[in-house]
Amino acid sequence: MIEVRNLTKHYGDKHAVNDISFTVEDGEILGFLGPNGAGKSTTMNMLTGYISSTSGQALINGVDILEDPIKAKSYIGYLPEIPPLYVDMTVKSYLQYVYDLKKCKLPRRAHLNEVMNLTKVNDVQDRIIKNLSKGYKQRVGLAQALIGNPPVLILDEPTVGLDPKQILEIRTLIKKLGKNHTVILSSHILSEIQAVCDRIIIINHGVVAAHDTTDNLSRNVSNDHRIIARIEGPRDEIVKALRNISGIKYVKADMEREPGVYEYELEATPGSDIRREIFHIAAEHDWPLLSARSAEMTLEDVFLKITMGEGIVIPNAEDQAEAKKGEKA
Amino acid sequence: MGAIFRREFGAYFTSSIAYIFLAVFWIFSGYFFFAGCLVSATTDMSRMFQSMFLIIIFLIPILTMRLFSEEKKQKTEQGLLTAPVSLGEIVFGKYFAALALYTIALLMPFVYALILSGFGVVEWGMIFANFLALFLLGAAFIAVGELVSALTENQIAAAVLSFIALMTLYMIDVINNYISVKPINTVLEKLSFYRKYYAITCGLFNVSTIVFYVSVAVVFNYLTIRVFERRRWS
Repeated sequence: MIEVRNLTKHYGDKHAVNDISFTVEDGEILGFLGPNGAGKSTTMNMLTGYISSTSGQALINGVDILEDPIKAKSYIGYLPEIPPLYVDMTVKSYLQYVYDLKKCKLPRRAHLNEVMNLTKVNDVQDRIIKNLSKGYKQRVGLAQALIGNPPVLILDEPTVGLDPKQILEIRTLIKKLGKNHTVILSSHILSEIQAVCDRIIIINHGVVAAHDTTDNLSRNVSNDHRIIARIEGPRDEIVKALRNISGIKYVKADMEREPGVYEYELEATPGSDIRREIFHIAAEHDWPLLSARSAEMTLEDVFLKITMGEGIVIPNAEDQAEAKKGEKA
Repeated sequence: MGAIFRREFGAYFTSSIAYIFLAVFWIFSGYFFFAGCLVSATTDMSRMFQSMFLIIIFLIPILTMRLFSEEKKQKTEQGLLTAPVSLGEIVFGKYFAALALYTIALLMPFVYALILSGFGVVEWGMIFANFLALFLLGAAFIAVGELVSALTENQIAAAVLSFIALMTLYMIDVINNYISVKPINTVLEKLSFYRKYYAITCGLFNVSTIVFYVSVAVVFNYLTIRVFERRRWS
């Protein structure tokens, strides 16, 4: 379990990380999302004791990283942005070194084999690291973090440089590890975070811009009241007819997609469902409705909106719980 | 500490620095042995030991240059500093790896002494005192080089700066000659590395010299630890 309280890091006047707080429970995977330079790595470096915080606290399994660093570090497996590999060593001798460095107590040969199997580096174990491809180096980096079976894993962009197949493998592995480890994972690949993480923290300019479960975060910003429909027929008439729908805010005809077929963007007041009315209007005038979909925002849009400072309102989990209570009452 | 020591010691050999260091050390010590003992047919090895002072000023930087600068450059430092080990273990692990290689280098002059003992009477007491002095001098110099390496990110810069630092320590006596302020003279005399070393090669064994070299080694190791602590907190 990781508890972060008001963690702050200043470099002179620059606030790299400002007052970040969150908790990661056992068996949970937290995604850390943010543009480059947002403070992701700085936060991770503070959690792992590589740099100190200016103020605030980071507790790893209840141990303060600054008060008892050696004990706290023994709970952490860390994969930094650039894997700390001694490139002149073979994979096996490097992992043996890490095993000794971490003062690991598990049965040596069996544990090393297990880690190498998990990360699929056993077939290169006798090769010198500097001759390996980037994907293999990344996996050796991950193997290094897993040695000693630490309860907390902090992975800074673990899938960088891997091919799609390897990415899937590593994601599956992280998901598997997430069942009995506490995992923090950073990335700027949104689909990855969406696929792996239970909860997401988006940080921007060193502050938490959004913090919610993955589902909520994508649900809250998806909106049924925005529809994109493709209708065959005279453009101006269609726009006119669609404007008559009650509660509609605007209708916009987009470009001509097929001969005589336009795409229309409709937005109604939030909460209203205009899908049926669109169908009825189209049927009435015998305009074939070729397709209709809700203009759902992807996590990508959320991320961009948040990090561009447009600040969409995302109710956090607590507010929602309260709202639900209110509804029931 | 054992893991760091073993990796660092192994890295000396994989990076071929060990071979270069040992070869150069043995070539020069061999030459001075030849010129100081064999040519003049004496079992007095003090000439060789006196000459080695300047040689190790050139060689120790090669030994220490990569200790920390390379870690920083290759970003392996992060793995080391986030591992459950203390800064002391990291610094001393590396320090002893360098010292171990240096000790191996010292074995060859010992072979020279054995050779001499086959031809004449060797003053073993004095030879051991000389070895001890050269060993401790190296131990102090390695600690200085290690600190410089911790402050730089480039091996060559580390080597050059360490060389300048060690050269300055060597030149204390020369500088002293140009200063005629009594208190400063006294202090510089006490700080002189060469004066103490030279006294031992002449047979004047002094415990305070041992204490001096060991203290320098301890102080510079401590300063190296402080460098990492300070960087973490900055």
